[in-house]
Amino acid sequence: MKLVIAIVRPEQANDVLAALHRADVRGVSISRVQGHGGELERVETYRGTTVKMALADKVRFEIAVSDDFVDPTIDALLDGARTGEVGDGKIFVVPLERAVRIRTGEADRAAVTPVGD
Amino acid sequence: MAATAAIDPAATAWMLVATALVLMMTPALGLFYAGLVRSKNTLNTFMMSVGALGLVTVTFALIGYSLAFSHGNGFVGGFGHLFLHGVGFAPRPGTRIPELLYFAFQATFCIITAALVSGAVVERMRYRTFLVFLVVWSILVYPVLAHWVWGGGWLQHGGTLDFAGGVPVEMASGFSALAAAIVVRARKDYGRQALLPHNALFVLLGAGLLWFGWFGFNGGSGFSTGRPSVLAFTNTLLAPACTLVVWFVLDLVRDRRVTAIGAATAIVVGCVGITPAAGFVSPLSAMLLGALAALPSYALILWRPRTRLDETLDVLAAHGVAGFLGILFIGFFAERSWNGVADGLLHGNAAQLGHQALAAVATPAYAFAATFLILRVLALFMPLRATEREESIGMDVVAHGEEAYASGEGAILITAEDGIEPPVAVAQP
Repeated sequence: MKLVIAIVRPEQANDVLAALHRADVRGVSISRVQGHGGELERVETYRGTTVKMALADKVRFEIAVSDDFVDPTIDALLDGARTGEVGDGKIFVVPLERAVRIRTGEADRAAVTPVGD
Repeated sequence: MAATAAIDPAATAWMLVATALVLMMTPALGLFYAGLVRSKNTLNTFMMSVGALGLVTVTFALIGYSLAFSHGNGFVGGFGHLFLHGVGFAPRPGTRIPELLYFAFQATFCIITAALVSGAVVERMRYRTFLVFLVVWSILVYPVLAHWVWGGGWLQHGGTLDFAGGVPVEMASGFSALAAAIVVRARKDYGRQALLPHNALFVLLGAGLLWFGWFGFNGGSGFSTGRPSVLAFTNTLLAPACTLVVWFVLDLVRDRRVTAIGAATAIVVGCVGITPAAGFVSPLSAMLLGALAALPSYALILWRPRTRLDETLDVLAAHGVAGFLGILFIGFFAERSWNGVADGLLHGNAAQLGHQALAAVATPAYAFAATFLILRVLALFMPLRATEREESIGMDVVAHGEEAYASGEGAILITAEDGIEPPVAVAQP
């Protein structure tokens, strides 16, 4: 089992969700985050105050998957999130020790496999 | 001072207030529209209305007022009032208020009408191009149509009645919006993603302020404190209330829930519907008009998003269609006993319906064709749209360098000693 974490552009989040759906990856959490990964800084001006916006809005996906699903998940993320410009984000894959489905108490592989499969 | 002897102080006092009420409708519209778009386009959407407050006031003072309200031919006015020449404290012929005030009142109409068209092109039109469009449109479209019904043009001479702007405001903005949506084309995500209103409270507050301002819009269009103004004022209360009630019923039938954004839309539709008829129909007829106005607009608002026509904020449904209905309604329900001017078909004057139908055909044709051509010609000189990338980022940051909801987190102050550098890429991965 792995936990796939992806930081993507907010405007690509819908495309990512659609790509994950096509890849049959159903269990997803997302959160809005701010970060900086090397993209152009925006310069904004409010009356006399000019600022560089060093943090950009991003969306963070967290997806727990069984090992067979790691590559399809990564492919879907690349497919949905890539624009080719600096600032498309990152994917991190980390080992996952345990997963438990709260409703049933199912553990690990069964817990990260969608109901009905 | 023979010229000022005919000034009516009460009428002048009311028209000063009415003008301020109508001016407030443009920022109210900005709020209404800003609530209906995504958060990343909030400022840009509002700034389209603010652009009209600046540019259209200037064009109307310098050229537009003359083209609408000075002596000319049946199609367009002349240059008699160019640069406000001769517009002073003497009464405007046909009224008992100073022409200077008459001009200011009419200017607020031109401003909001131009701002209304922005609803068709929000979230993707390039801001600088939109500003140029405002200038050209406010010279070539609004004054011509205002001349037709109010400035001594061919519709006015033919007998068409339009109390507060079914022709130059409502049908003009609605059918111009249709043309603009066709030329500028759909947003890149239209039909692929759900593009939802980001703040329904703005929409409700904007609609409420629009209704409030509309009392000046319709109530002021009698240019007096006499019967037409009182009738129009009260009808502006009655008609939108009936539209709201019918809209609630339609919502309940369709989904068993009454929607807030639907209610805000209903207020606007009702105000639009009564606008041309406000001083010409009885209070009960106004209530019927308000109720009827809900039906075609509701249907179009449901149907339009299923098409490829990204007329984004439904200016055609809310203004074009409801204005069309209001203009025709006069032809049936006008009552001389209430308005002192003319009867409609139901009161024995079938000819009035013909006059109204003529306006209901000619206005959409001119507004659509003129706007279509203006934008096609502008497109030869400058891009109409932002790039796809800019559309993704959002027009607030791209066009204005500001955000409506800036958190301030991660903002690094650029001090005067540093100077303002162009954006630099750091830590290229």
